Amino acid sequence: MTLKVSMKVNGKPVSADVEARTLLVTYIRENLRLTGTHVGCDTAQCGACTVLMNGKAIKSCSIVAMQAEGADIMTIEGVAKADGTLHPMQAAFKENHGLQCGFCTPGMVMNALDFAKSHPNPSEQEVREALEGNLCRCTGYHNIVKSIMAGAKAMNGKI
Amino acid sequence: MNAPLIGARVARKEDYRFLTGAGQYTDDVQMPNQAHAVFVRSPHAHASLKKISVEKARKAPGVIGVFVGKDLADAKVGGLPCGWLITDVNGQPMKEPPHPCLAQGKARHVGDQVAVVIAETLAQAKDAAELVDVDYEVLPSNTEARKASKAPQIHDGVADNTCYVWALGDKAACDAAFAKAAHVTKLEFVNNRLIPNAIEPRAAIGAYSRADDSYTLYVASQNPHVERLLMTAFVLGLPEHKVRVVAPDVGGGFGSKIYLYAEDVVVTWAAKQLNRPVKWTAERSESFVSDAHGRDHVTVAELAMDRDGKFLGMRVKTTANMGAYLSTFASCVPTILYATLLAGQYTTPVIHCEVTAVFTNTTPVDAYRGAGRPEATYVVERLVETAAREMKLDPAEIRRRNFIRSFPYQTPVALQYDTGDYEATLKAAQQLADVPGFQKRKEESIKKGKLRGLGYAAYIEACGIAPSAVAGSLGARAGLFEAGEVRVHPTGSVTVFTGSHSHGQGHETTFAQVVADRLGIPIENVDIVHGDTSKVLFGMGTYGSRSIAVGGTAIVKALDKIIAKGKKIAAHLLEAAESDIEYDRGEFKVAGTDKKKMFGEVAFAAYVPHNYPHDKLEPGLNENAFYDPANFTFPAGTYVCEVEIDRDTGVVKIERFTAVDDFGKIINPMIVEGQVHGGLVQGIGQALTEGCRYDLENGQLVTGSYMDYCMPRADDVPSFKVDTRETPCTHNPLGVKGCGEAGAIGSPAALMNAITDALGVKDVAMPATAQTVWKHLQEKSHARV
Repeated sequence: MTLKVSMKVNGKPVSADVEARTLLVTYIRENLRLTGTHVGCDTAQCGACTVLMNGKAIKSCSIVAMQAEGADIMTIEGVAKADGTLHPMQAAFKENHGLQCGFCTPGMVMNALDFAKSHPNPSEQEVREALEGNLCRCTGYHNIVKSIMAGAKAMNGKI
Repeated sequence: MNAPLIGARVARKEDYRFLTGAGQYTDDVQMPNQAHAVFVRSPHAHASLKKISVEKARKAPGVIGVFVGKDLADAKVGGLPCGWLITDVNGQPMKEPPHPCLAQGKARHVGDQVAVVIAETLAQAKDAAELVDVDYEVLPSNTEARKASKAPQIHDGVADNTCYVWALGDKAACDAAFAKAAHVTKLEFVNNRLIPNAIEPRAAIGAYSRADDSYTLYVASQNPHVERLLMTAFVLGLPEHKVRVVAPDVGGGFGSKIYLYAEDVVVTWAAKQLNRPVKWTAERSESFVSDAHGRDHVTVAELAMDRDGKFLGMRVKTTANMGAYLSTFASCVPTILYATLLAGQYTTPVIHCEVTAVFTNTTPVDAYRGAGRPEATYVVERLVETAAREMKLDPAEIRRRNFIRSFPYQTPVALQYDTGDYEATLKAAQQLADVPGFQKRKEESIKKGKLRGLGYAAYIEACGIAPSAVAGSLGARAGLFEAGEVRVHPTGSVTVFTGSHSHGQGHETTFAQVVADRLGIPIENVDIVHGDTSKVLFGMGTYGSRSIAVGGTAIVKALDKIIAKGKKIAAHLLEAAESDIEYDRGEFKVAGTDKKKMFGEVAFAAYVPHNYPHDKLEPGLNENAFYDPANFTFPAGTYVCEVEIDRDTGVVKIERFTAVDDFGKIINPMIVEGQVHGGLVQGIGQALTEGCRYDLENGQLVTGSYMDYCMPRADDVPSFKVDTRETPCTHNPLGVKGCGEAGAIGSPAALMNAITDALGVKDVAMPATAQTVWKHLQEKSHARV
């Protein structure tokens, strides 16, 4: 059985007929072909699939697409400016070498955006605790923490 | 004039695409008309396959193909080969039991692939896979290396489940050294099994074209050419030129994506059977049971010394768990990449190491970040630190008394170190870690009711694998050179093709720095291409921290050819003798004059050869080079770890972690530091949180998800102090050694030395979880009562 689901993704209204069991991440990757949102595990532990739903970071592998009916979703593809200029958080990751293979990176950035809204000048410990739900196997987190501290300052509480 | 690019912290060229979601990993690739594969895997550690019924699955909605082991056997699809032949102590070849791509007759570990179901959609394939009915007769199983020789036989013709017994070193001389020792330090431990867990799960898409009888395989691989060679020549029997292997963006490897896996073969083969592209992406739970694991050694190690703490000899006996089958390079990891490193940074004159490799009912084990060298470093550095404590010597002092101080140095275990300065990294690490302030910090911890400890590890590793002739004489079934091609375009921009592969290491930046620096052109004018057998001439790929030392050198050799040809062209254009032409930062100059041609002008002349020395030169400016290294490279360094332990909970907190490495010349310090940080956390993971566990009764993988296998998270680890010292490698033109694995090699021993120091015990098993440490604290407090 398929159901129609409609939402806004990166500012654009989208809709499709999907199976009821279709995960939000599957809808984003397969139906919308926005492949920047990644799947790294099947137990909602790695955070590679993190997107913003109505401004809040969520793991898009742990809800079905229908639960996002009418929601405003932002994926990594919607973060940079329309002209391609990196968002300050993205720029901070680049500047501080906060990524290596890049696979966990979209989830890290999306989680960081939500976190930085309420933490314009976070401590190292606050950042480390905020990253509890995101795994990285490459960086040892050192430079991700630096990136988010710098990115949060640059954002000054505003996405 | 351009600033020098070698040694510059250049921001990475690849970052933009990864930061904007524009990376293209294998699972992001969607081929027209692609079908989806799901593997049916054994839920049992050891079982006979009495009957596999696939009729129901075949009739399920959307299913277009179901295949089992017999189908592959009937089609003469071979098993997965092992790339390294180890010859045992009796001169006999190791046992190489068949490793079928789909199980035949028996399943030998939980997760062994038994059937594949291919359907129009992934959901349909999953649903149908549930309908494959396998009648298993469960057999007794064993997962432990130490019990393997007495366990039920896993393979026909492999008695005692023993793959080989292998040894290195002079046993008689070693025993004689121990006989005259004033003191012997002995340790027995397990180097715990790890699951690599690159965050991108493995994935593969096979496609076949009837139009030209050719195949394309997209695969998350660290070495697409090796993958192609193994698959075509040894498994599918296909002509290599009909198979293109693409490893696009790859989300981390750490060794686990070196190997040829069954799934890669099956999707490629099935693509022709069904005349459809076939895609498979591992779920994480599949990754846990099907990606090659790492480590899993059981070791007894002894160090003999005189009354001054001077090392006289080392004796090591290791049993290494190979898992259920031999993975691609499994056999060389606990031998060639392990025993040869047991000299460490020290002048130990005699060393003997015996290794027994065994089969068990577990996922195959192969090279994982460091591959043999973390295990060797753990042996040496745990022994040395323990010896210092037993001899009442400062742990830095005992190391200083035994450091190798003149180079080249021939170890008793085959390697010849070309250069190093171990005193320099030790001294720098001590300063950076503020070792003199440790006592005061310890007293403060004690005042808070906590324990504090400090541990060192002074590691060495052999990178830049490897001189092909040496590797061949040791059993390698492949060459270990690297290839590079420099294509200068008519307007002077450059595309470089490398056989190395980047899956996080940042080659597109580091290699571009080398090229731009060498040619004296802007880095924006240089692009690096890797990971596609249809573009890159050849390649052995990335593992063993070999990319810059071997792959980088191949590029430098090609650049030298470009400059040499450019000089000939410039000499013609400038009407000068070739011997008078100098190349300096983008300009071909006639020595001692102001006559010159820019690099771009020479490139243009090569492609628009109107005024050109046609009698002597071909047009065009495109060169390739193959580089076979003269020796291994020998990165080394000292790590200092300081921990605080909560007596009530057993929680270990890493208060300080300092790493000073000697990687030779450094191209991009920012990237090198990142490699060290990542390696450190993988090593810390091994020591503190990660441990693969099988149920000892039934062989189930107990740590089969991120809920159970404890990956280090951001709040488990500290920030690091890292620095470098530099003794340039003597046998490659860049003076580079490699940096990818050091962190994972040195950190477990440093951390365990700190924990045992804090607890005042001889040994603690890895991972030193809070529970493990707490148990030690209980035993100690009971002992005090």
